[in-house]
Amino acid sequence: MCTYLTEKIPVDGSGKGAAGWFTATDATVYVDHPVHAPYEHTVNIDLLNPALGASARVALELTEETALALADAIRRAVSNAPVGIASKNQ
Amino acid sequence: MTSISQDAIRAETVMITGNAGDDIEAYRAIPLAPGSRGGVVWIHHMPGYDRETKEFVRRLAVAGYQTICPNLYWREAPGADPDDAAATARAAGGVPDDRLVGDVAGAIQHLRGLEAANGRVGVIGHCSGGRQTVLAACSLEIEAAVDCYGAFVVEDPPEGMPKHMKPILDLVPDLSCPLLGLFGKDDVYPSPESVATLDDELARLGKEHEFHSYDGAGHSFFSVDRPAYRVQPAVDGWRRIDDFFGKHLAG
Repeated sequence: MCTYLTEKIPVDGSGKGAAGWFTATDATVYVDHPVHAPYEHTVNIDLLNPALGASARVALELTEETALALADAIRRAVSNAPVGIASKNQ
Repeated sequence: MTSISQDAIRAETVMITGNAGDDIEAYRAIPLAPGSRGGVVWIHHMPGYDRETKEFVRRLAVAGYQTICPNLYWREAPGADPDDAAATARAAGGVPDDRLVGDVAGAIQHLRGLEAANGRVGVIGHCSGGRQTVLAACSLEIEAAVDCYGAFVVEDPPEGMPKHMKPILDLVPDLSCPLLGLFGKDDVYPSPESVATLDDELARLGKEHEFHSYDGAGHSFFSVDRPAYRVQPAVDGWRRIDDFFGKHLAG
């Protein structure tokens, strides 16, 4: 199915898109048809900067197992590092 | 003198006047051989104004129709890759219904103004474009419409969808033309129950329509670049599209 159900959060960081590095301001996460991954549905994650235009985008299309494993890996990586070392207020 | 082959077409990006007088991009393919031509507006699916949709446009031109696909995401993402444009449009909540109708009206006006146009125009779309095809056919005077698995014509969308993505069954009394519907029995949106409800309502209203639902097919079974592609339903669906447009638009 096509859905518009989208988790959207502000982000603080950078991403590398087709035109090189850019400052990312938003992220969206949604389950929908992928463009490239060989599945009918995937978990799609976009890092965006809408102010720079539609092409300021890093896109991921992951199976739900992979997406959840990625979320766990992010949590482990952060917990393995000294508290606050990668914080906005580092 | 060399005659022009019947399958010769010219395919290119053009600018047309869309809703509210906005200039928007469109992909147009027209037959080059002399003859009176019907027109078709192709409404692209939610993943955007992509290469595969442009192939559909060229296919219909080879079949003899002056065909055009407006880029519904042009305003949000001019010049962007189709997938980036679709992500931007999606984050913005999709295309408002009134804007869609205005853009399709502009595309129809463009087609009817082309040399060799016979004035008869059809609209076709897949996925979100299926719903938008029904919306256009209930809002504009056209000669034929093809709804390929459009959802939310009948059923309420799930919680959290944009407010404008509402059912349009109440508009069906205004349907201006015959409707061909092509659906997959394994689809969830639209479900076979929703398809049956639309079928029944059109029959009750005496609206000319022809629905086909395919075994073993879900959503997007026409999409040759996706795992949802199903050969037999797609081949049969194309045959029915060719017959339907031949009956209502050609000549």
